[in-house]
Amino acid sequence: MSAVLRNPKLWIALLCLLPLGRLIALGLGGGLGANPIEFITRSTGTWTLVGLLVTLSVTPLRRLTGRADLIRYRRMLGLFTFFYASLHFVTYIWLDQFFDPAAIARDIVKRPFITVGFSAFVLLIPLAVTSTHAMMRRLGRRWQHLHRLVYAIALLGVIHYLWLVKKDLTEPLLYGGALALLLVLRLPWGVAALNAASTRWGRQAAGRKPDGVKPAG
Amino acid sequence: MLIRLPTDIAPSEITPPEIYRDRRRFMQGMGALAAGAAFGIGPDARAAGAKLAGVRDSAYRLTEASTPYKDVTTYNNFYEFGTGKSDPARQAGSLKTRPWTVAVEGEVRRPQAWDIDALLKLAPLEERVYRMRCVEGWSMVIPWVGYPLNELIRRAEPTGNAKYVEFVTLNDPRQMPGLRSRVLDWPYTEGLRLDEAMHPLTLLAVGLYGEVLPNQNGAPIRLVVPWKYGFKSAKSIVKIRFVEKQPVSSWTAAAPAEYGFYSNVNPQVDHPRWSQAKERRIGEFRKRDTLMFNGYGDQVASLYRGMDLKKLF
Repeated sequence: MSAVLRNPKLWIALLCLLPLGRLIALGLGGGLGANPIEFITRSTGTWTLVGLLVTLSVTPLRRLTGRADLIRYRRMLGLFTFFYASLHFVTYIWLDQFFDPAAIARDIVKRPFITVGFSAFVLLIPLAVTSTHAMMRRLGRRWQHLHRLVYAIALLGVIHYLWLVKKDLTEPLLYGGALALLLVLRLPWGVAALNAASTRWGRQAAGRKPDGVKPAG
Repeated sequence: MLIRLPTDIAPSEITPPEIYRDRRRFMQGMGALAAGAAFGIGPDARAAGAKLAGVRDSAYRLTEASTPYKDVTTYNNFYEFGTGKSDPARQAGSLKTRPWTVAVEGEVRRPQAWDIDALLKLAPLEERVYRMRCVEGWSMVIPWVGYPLNELIRRAEPTGNAKYVEFVTLNDPRQMPGLRSRVLDWPYTEGLRLDEAMHPLTLLAVGLYGEVLPNQNGAPIRLVVPWKYGFKSAKSIVKIRFVEKQPVSSWTAAAPAEYGFYSNVNPQVDHPRWSQAKERRIGEFRKRDTLMFNGYGDQVASLYRGMDLKKLF
């Protein structure tokens, strides 16, 4: 039991369930405001974006801290991102469109922000499906190529948000800025900067040598 | 997912508005007493929530249920107090509605700076229950209190040059924290064609649910044009100007392809980024079909005869 409690995966999973727990608690307490469906749509969309950004920060964090083992938590973060994306999608087709296929099809074709959001969701599906160890082994090198789709997905996610707000672009631009930073940190220049910072950090924290700073992701 | 269908709510669970308001008044009364005790002043009859006296009934009623007071006063678009829906209710307390002057000027024979209290007595107040459709795809039913704008226009005596009316909202960053961010070109400006402004449906509202207008709903005086998207109904008005040329409204200036001058509610003309065919009535689960001119076609369609409403959206 204590081994289970000491496993960070349990705590990360619980942390990842907090946004859902909050929505349920607010729903039970009538705290979703005058437009609950809009609230749920917004919230699940926000947490999908946050999930994407958190998942994308694993690799830069590994380089910065030199802790290669962080990679162990990436799959779970990615799957929780897919979970919130699915909730977001279901909210849309159920509570917004009431499973009206014609209306949904029209919406996807006619409205650029829906087109972009829908594409992002569809692209997430193969990543979720191929997230198992068996699939990683089976796909080999192609697995990594496939999973680079996440960069495009995150970009589509930010554009989706940017195109749906009426006027105030502050929040979408904040997400866009964070994504831009995470992408730049993957360029040769960014990787070098992270490694340099990591070395300096390692030297300061006497005795703790950065282990395994080999580039990944 | 715990979203209640309207039918889930037993009639006994719904607080009748009179009782709801009585409770609110009781609480406010207690608050006012406490404040009065602290500062040596009595309750302010002009404050939001105070009952408006002498409000007449009108023929403008709907069979549709009114949106609860709480939703009408906590779910608002009023960017002068922030762009979030709950920002205005939280931040509009800093708005001072007295003293307040509304300048009536431009192409009129009788320009006048109206003191708000004189303006309140200009014509008998009546209650009108109107649908309110936001351009974002949600709607409410609101019992406004006010009088037709044409009462004011007639007293101003527009000249032959007056073709349009421009409405300007207060622009004071000390009272309106949202003005510090440049989401729109301040001051908030809206406009109507003179015949639209003269239309008997066009209301100058000073209250809702029989009470003084809460700040977040556009106190002390606002426009209500029920057949147009909500943003056409300028709030907290300080200037009404009669002009010859079509005014450029703030939303049109911000995104001319998305918000036209007319902005009549029209299910057939989509916003470029979302459909206008349906709407979510606040408090309801399923979406409703949006009605042409928000259901006021019989009264206003003639204003637009011969106009291509797809082009002049």
